Amino acid sequence: MTAPIIGTIAEKGAPILDVAGLRVAYRDRSGLRTVVHDIDFEVRAGEVVALVGESGSGKSSTAQALIGLLPEGGLLQQGTVRLNGENIAGWPQRRLDGIRGSVISLVPQDPGNSLNPVRTIGEQVAEILTVHGRASGAAARAKAVELLKRVGLSQPELRAKQYPHELSGGMRQRVLIAIAIALKPSLIIADEPTSALDVTVQRHILDLIDDLRREYGTAVLLVTHDLGIAADRSDRLIVLQHGRIQEQGRTADILRNPQSSYTRRLLADAPSLNARPKRSPPRASVSAAPADDIIVVDRLVQDFGTGSDGSFRAVDDVSFRVRRGSTHAIVGESGSGKTTTIRIVSAFQRPTSGQVVIDGLDLSSLRGETLRLLRKKIQLVYQNPYGSLDPRQTIERIVEEPLLNFERLPRRERLAKVAATLEKVRLPTDLLQRRPHALSGGQRQRVAIARALVLDPQILVLDEAVSALDVTVQAQILDLLDELQRELGLTYLFVSHDLAVVRQIADTVSVLNGGRLVETGGVEDVFSNPKSSYTRELIDAVPGKKFPRATDPTLISAG
Amino acid sequence: MARIEPAQRHAELDAPSQEERASSVTVTADLRKDASAAWHLLRIQPGLVLACLILALAVLWALVPGIFTVYDPIQGLPGQHLGPPTAAHLLGTDSLGRDLYARIVYGAVHSLSGALAAVGIALVAGTTLGLLAGSFGGRIETVIMRLVDVMLSIPDLLLSLSIIVLLGFGTVNAAIAVGCTLIAKFARLVRSEVVTVRRSEYVEAAFGSGGTFLKVLWRHILPNSLASVIAFAALQAGWAILQLATLGFLGYGAPPPTPEWGLLIAEGRNYIATAWWLTAAPGLVVVLVVISINRISRALGSIGK
Repeated sequence: MTAPIIGTIAEKGAPILDVAGLRVAYRDRSGLRTVVHDIDFEVRAGEVVALVGESGSGKSSTAQALIGLLPEGGLLQQGTVRLNGENIAGWPQRRLDGIRGSVISLVPQDPGNSLNPVRTIGEQVAEILTVHGRASGAAARAKAVELLKRVGLSQPELRAKQYPHELSGGMRQRVLIAIAIALKPSLIIADEPTSALDVTVQRHILDLIDDLRREYGTAVLLVTHDLGIAADRSDRLIVLQHGRIQEQGRTADILRNPQSSYTRRLLADAPSLNARPKRSPPRASVSAAPADDIIVVDRLVQDFGTGSDGSFRAVDDVSFRVRRGSTHAIVGESGSGKTTTIRIVSAFQRPTSGQVVIDGLDLSSLRGETLRLLRKKIQLVYQNPYGSLDPRQTIERIVEEPLLNFERLPRRERLAKVAATLEKVRLPTDLLQRRPHALSGGQRQRVAIARALVLDPQILVLDEAVSALDVTVQAQILDLLDELQRELGLTYLFVSHDLAVVRQIADTVSVLNGGRLVETGGVEDVFSNPKSSYTRELIDAVPGKKFPRATDPTLISAG
Repeated sequence: MARIEPAQRHAELDAPSQEERASSVTVTADLRKDASAAWHLLRIQPGLVLACLILALAVLWALVPGIFTVYDPIQGLPGQHLGPPTAAHLLGTDSLGRDLYARIVYGAVHSLSGALAAVGIALVAGTTLGLLAGSFGGRIETVIMRLVDVMLSIPDLLLSLSIIVLLGFGTVNAAIAVGCTLIAKFARLVRSEVVTVRRSEYVEAAFGSGGTFLKVLWRHILPNSLASVIAFAALQAGWAILQLATLGFLGYGAPPPTPEWGLLIAEGRNYIATAWWLTAAPGLVVVLVVISINRISRALGSIGK
């Protein structure tokens, strides 16, 4: 039980992981479908290598194949995976069990599903020690508490006795990291370790991985779709597209001087790496008359639950105004009340108290038919275009439907309007007869935008409308929104947790924290000169700071 | 059973790849894809093909019985009573000298139309109740669903017998009675489907684009709830045939000399020692038709998903 079979910490310089000619395929009706095509790379001791790419690029399949955890139907077709010199490709599961957790370990993507809900945190951390025979009984439990303390959990003794549902997402991710580092493995594979977390939590988790790497000399293979994170955290970068390596090399080199056109496009589209100049200056100047405020939210309060004791205040005294034709962003972490706020503004929910005035109409005065008529003015675009489109309707029916609700147009005119709207959102008209499942995520979101636009509304409420999309698609949708705003004079209420995107698109911003309005004002004012410490923390946590200012040593060492 | 499993796994594996392929450029129209999926299902499942053939034959019996037999189902042939199966009388003759095969063929229309009517009644009434309960919620839902619970707690046969006693004997009334016993089952299924669909974002989006309650109900909630209800209806059609045969056997269905399948079994019962085919043949026909319908309903269910 002293030294593991394969040396834990190899000398600096020798590759810990050496992958050559790796090919991964999935079995389906038409036979084998190759998703990773003969890729080669290596990871050296103490190094962070980032595997980046868009969805479907094969980055997760690569990571899963390395550790023998491909989903059913997945197959490591050929290639070698040398871990500390020994080829583990093709090892049976039983043999892999011996090294998983001890020599190579995985921090999974979704902390919500990766812990056993019926066992305590302490038991689950201790399990990795007992399974590998490193400790047992009380010793394992004590070691587990020590590990929980090491990953920065407050009150580790208490946490060890708690169950996963009692912990927040960030705390659960720390527990998974504790399990991953318990045996001081030589390589940690972190598969999108922070995608489900808020920016500030994300930063703490990434800092933690960084610290542990420095302390133990562990190598890290970081799988991520976020170039900002990859730029900040990795020593070397591997860019994957369609299962092929487009480019690999030192992170700083690639960022400064990308060789492949795909990498260049990715870099250009990543909002966090580009302080892209805000498009045209706001049309209405700062001194606009108050009468020109199309959305006025005044002292909004929303309570949930019964009044006696179980009541929870989701929105607490929030006020802001949005000028006609401008973009107002609402930012905040999960649970900050931003979604509740916009649901009230789009009249899907009645507030406990406070007032919302849309284009001179007080929402609380609207009932039944008058409320329905308001929908012509204000439209909501949902975060998830997979859920917000009826799977049984054709694209034409989806975009046509709002027109059927309001205007008694003859069929020919109606369809002409549908086609014109699709053109506005840059969708080819041959999609008209398809159903949503035959479209890509970006196309679906365009359909959702088209449905919102077909009534010629004045306000578009966008609820994390680009969060679920790949950076390239995201950039296209943001450009489209920008164009439409200029063309049609739309007002956007834009909800996002992604400050880099907000900085790109918004004129004014409100920062929410715990249901309260922390700060509001012009985007540049708030971002360059935040008044509250919370806003500052949020801004600091945005990844991608290291580049293009990589020459500034103070930023790197801050870690 | 074993035959279905690989096909289902197949369909599951296909889902992502189909979507990805579709998201590229080549996409056939949806209808064509549904049709090809159905064809695919038939080709790899001989059991399903057999079920379709049996049901098709039964439907033809019901529609054009005259081309399947030359004998009259009501008028017996003198001096030929209780004859065993021969080349002239495939399934023998009954106590009044009537050809049993002819009676089974002519009886198909009673069983099938009765089952169709019963399921039709249940589908319309049950879907309406379930839709109301699921989409209104609140007190309306509580009242409807507690009524449904009460109906489900009464044994089916007792319920249908009570209804027949109220309405009077006869084929039509038996069908109505069986239909009534099915209403509660449909209502419960439809409500649960509606509740799921109602919570989905596209329903909220439909309200958000100015849809009135009825329009959203008609355009989104109903069509998206119905997929599994159709498969369930097919399953219940088989069950309704059984139930009608039971009522006929007990003498609550069509009166003699109607060649109703349940009645045929009951009539043959007295001669089971000497002429067992009089009971076995109609019994076997009922069993085969019901099994076929069940098989088809399962296939419908898997296409719906």
